Amino acid sequence: MAEKLININLKIWRQQNGQSQGKMVDYPLKGVSTDSSFLDMLDMLNEELVNKGDEPVAFDHDCREGICGMCSLYINGEAHGPDRGVTTCQLHMRMFKDGETITVEPFRANAFPVVRDLVVDRSAFDRIMQKGGFVSVNTSGNTQDANALPIPKVDADKAFDAATCIGCGACVATCKNASAMLFVSAKVSQLSLLPQGKVEAKERVLNMVNQMDLEGFGNCTNTGACEVECPKGISLDNIARMNREYLKATVTID
Amino acid sequence: MATLDSKIPAGPIHEKWTNHKNHINLVNPANKRHIDIIVVGTGLAGGAAAASLAEMGYNVKAFCYQDSPRRAHSIAAQGGINAAKNYQNDGDSVYRLFYDTVKGGDYRAREANVHRLAEVSANIIDQCVAQGVPFARDYGGLLDNRSFGGVLVSRTFYAKGQTGQQLLLGAYSALSRQIGKGKVQMLGRHEMLDLVLIGGKARGIIARNLVTGEIERHSAHAVVLATGGYGNVFFLSTNAMGSNVTAAWRAHKRGAYFANPCFTQIHPTCIPRSGEHQSKLTLMSESLRNDGRIWVPGKVEDAKAIRDGKLKPTQIKEEDRDYFLERRYPAFGNLVPRDVASRAAKERCDEGFGVNATGEAVYLDFQSAIMRYGKEKAMVEGIQNPSADKIQALGKAVIEAKYGNLFQMYYKITDENPYETPMKIYPAVHYTMGGIWVDYNLMTTIPGCYAAGEANFSEHGANRLGASALMQGLADGYFVLPYTIGEYLSSEIRTGKISTDLPEFIEAEKNVKDQIEKMINIKGTKSVDYFHKRLGKVMWDKVGMARNAQGLTEAMAEIRAIREEFWSDVRIPGTPNGLNPELEKAGRVADFLELGELFAKDALDRNESCGGHFREESVELDGEQKGEAKRDDVNFAHVSAWEWTGDPATSVKHKEELVYENIKMVQRSYK
Repeated sequence: MAEKLININLKIWRQQNGQSQGKMVDYPLKGVSTDSSFLDMLDMLNEELVNKGDEPVAFDHDCREGICGMCSLYINGEAHGPDRGVTTCQLHMRMFKDGETITVEPFRANAFPVVRDLVVDRSAFDRIMQKGGFVSVNTSGNTQDANALPIPKVDADKAFDAATCIGCGACVATCKNASAMLFVSAKVSQLSLLPQGKVEAKERVLNMVNQMDLEGFGNCTNTGACEVECPKGISLDNIARMNREYLKATVTID
Repeated sequence: MATLDSKIPAGPIHEKWTNHKNHINLVNPANKRHIDIIVVGTGLAGGAAAASLAEMGYNVKAFCYQDSPRRAHSIAAQGGINAAKNYQNDGDSVYRLFYDTVKGGDYRAREANVHRLAEVSANIIDQCVAQGVPFARDYGGLLDNRSFGGVLVSRTFYAKGQTGQQLLLGAYSALSRQIGKGKVQMLGRHEMLDLVLIGGKARGIIARNLVTGEIERHSAHAVVLATGGYGNVFFLSTNAMGSNVTAAWRAHKRGAYFANPCFTQIHPTCIPRSGEHQSKLTLMSESLRNDGRIWVPGKVEDAKAIRDGKLKPTQIKEEDRDYFLERRYPAFGNLVPRDVASRAAKERCDEGFGVNATGEAVYLDFQSAIMRYGKEKAMVEGIQNPSADKIQALGKAVIEAKYGNLFQMYYKITDENPYETPMKIYPAVHYTMGGIWVDYNLMTTIPGCYAAGEANFSEHGANRLGASALMQGLADGYFVLPYTIGEYLSSEIRTGKISTDLPEFIEAEKNVKDQIEKMINIKGTKSVDYFHKRLGKVMWDKVGMARNAQGLTEAMAEIRAIREEFWSDVRIPGTPNGLNPELEKAGRVADFLELGELFAKDALDRNESCGGHFREESVELDGEQKGEAKRDDVNFAHVSAWEWTGDPATSVKHKEELVYENIKMVQRSYK
């Protein structure tokens, strides 16, 4: 599809800081290339705002190739916008029509407070990981040889698929309960599928789920919206696996 | 003048590291609890170092500008990580990895460091597997490998096209464990803006809290800079938007020498730029060159017809295609090192054979691989006389399993389906081999200040081989720095807590605040990006893939002029008290505007072609190597380490002569 230039009407959430009241503000933008990414488009808007002497819109972004998980944005009511299997930085303007109105909001959840404009604080995810998202092995240089323990390819592949979670928080923003089950279950699954992670499986699932609750994330009601909006296609199966792990951990005695 | 003592241990090369480790002073566990270490950056090198140092018992403060340590740009590395495991029984060894890396770096790396890297490479894979990193495996449950450029063995371990992500999340998990234990204090959304020296030793940093805007003082007994590379000096690169040179540059201005700034890797396989709106370039992993064949039309008129949209690549007959890497380098073919592949693509495009609208693209074609895999799969599945369509379908499925995420990424960006039509690629800035000068212990010319990973200079010479950046980052972070830092810290056990009220902290904090005030009060007419883009254009046009004395001299003057304009006409909206992305960018671009000039100066000074540094004045004029880069070992077999004097143009060069005792320096040939 050849490049076209389109005009759009942006409605963007502006909020000075975590304490202040926010509101939607209209920004018409002309001559946007359909080949540009959504964030290129926001750069263009910000360049215009700076040139006018206004404060640019703050938004999180970094790698701009869909892997760091830093970009977020709730675009036209969907986390990472209307395309599937992409983060906002990979969303391209060819997905929008000339003259379209596009609403842009931050990821909203109690556990993700707004820092400024479209930037939110997702450090709750880090705190959950600190409670058990690891294998307790020190750096030593003399762990056993990597091939000493064969791992069935099917398990290794499933662990990999779960491990591709980028921690962006789209699942939380999408969930009507603001649940973090997809995120937490991806890490629990990855490690419970691998022999290295099985040793601490019980403590891991209990501690991570406990921290998830403390952070104020909601419960899972199996709607499945998270899986649809996940840019990395993390499967709902992981939540089922985490529930099994959790049940196993709570009903068995050491 | 600080002396450049590289502190390479004596003895045969394969014993240096072992002997050195055996004689490094140790710090007893009780004393480690009283020693503070600052680690700036949480990528593979910084994340691994912070975790390992905390495991050893030190108190660690780790800093990153991102909201979480998991987002450092190591995460974007796609293809893989090298290790001399020889699991494939194809003759690999520590020596071969050492040899390939020194040769690939065009004999501009330090032998002893490279050998150590090759030695610890196997440990990295063991360590990562123990952490639960899900590397690709074969049906027997053992680890799988693939090949990368510049080598003749399969030693690259991978996790689809997300190897960097998986390794970084491994280091992040180790770091998270230490944060949970309180051994690491993690300061996200913080940016280091100055290094504090007391009595000539690195004793802390000044950092800005990016959320509140507060300028903070942090003290420590040692400071580790693991802050990545400076490719964003070109504006467009495959680096993350936030990747910057600021921490390294400010340490440089405090006395850390900056080595070989002109050694930059231009990666051959990136998605070509499409227009002015673009903010960054996207890499297509080198692993694709395992199966993709690079070509341009053999006839100029065909190339023109393609550019005009009158012809499709799939319509060009096999005999009318020029597989120029296979033609020029039959031994290595499409897997020549990155610098060689990039220059060859540029040469074809400069001659008028380029294929997209801008004329700056070549094809990366998977059709032969699809057919080859398809036939193999049909055979395995026992399909008799499969139709061409069937073979295509089977082959595409194999390609999808190997490179699915890369193909999807390409499709989303370009809106073209690479299973149906060849990918278009063009070289782009990707990695910087140059960086802060370090000795064998990874210490800079400032005592107590260390540099690890891409931020230092030592292992890759003038060109880095694919899948070696991840190896070096983790080697430095897990296996080298945690040991070598003990040598210095063992003399710090009596120092005690360092106060942040000392005059040096106050002075450094004032400097930082003054600079911010000055920038924000310029209230000029142009945005930060305006200056960054202009700098990038000068860098790409005159300090890019091909450089000459005239262009480099002009570049130095032009960069200086842009810098002066920046300091009189930049406009930064908002205030310093709070989240202000424009202010963050301004500080980084101010440093790039100084680095850029030193970069050009270094390139001008190095009047030879080596690795990624190609001087048009220095090429082979005849013989089999005609037209290839010509190294000058008599005059340039050294590291250029630059000392800051207050102005990039007057920086003073110090030399570290490179001695090759184990590998004979020869003309690098991939023919």
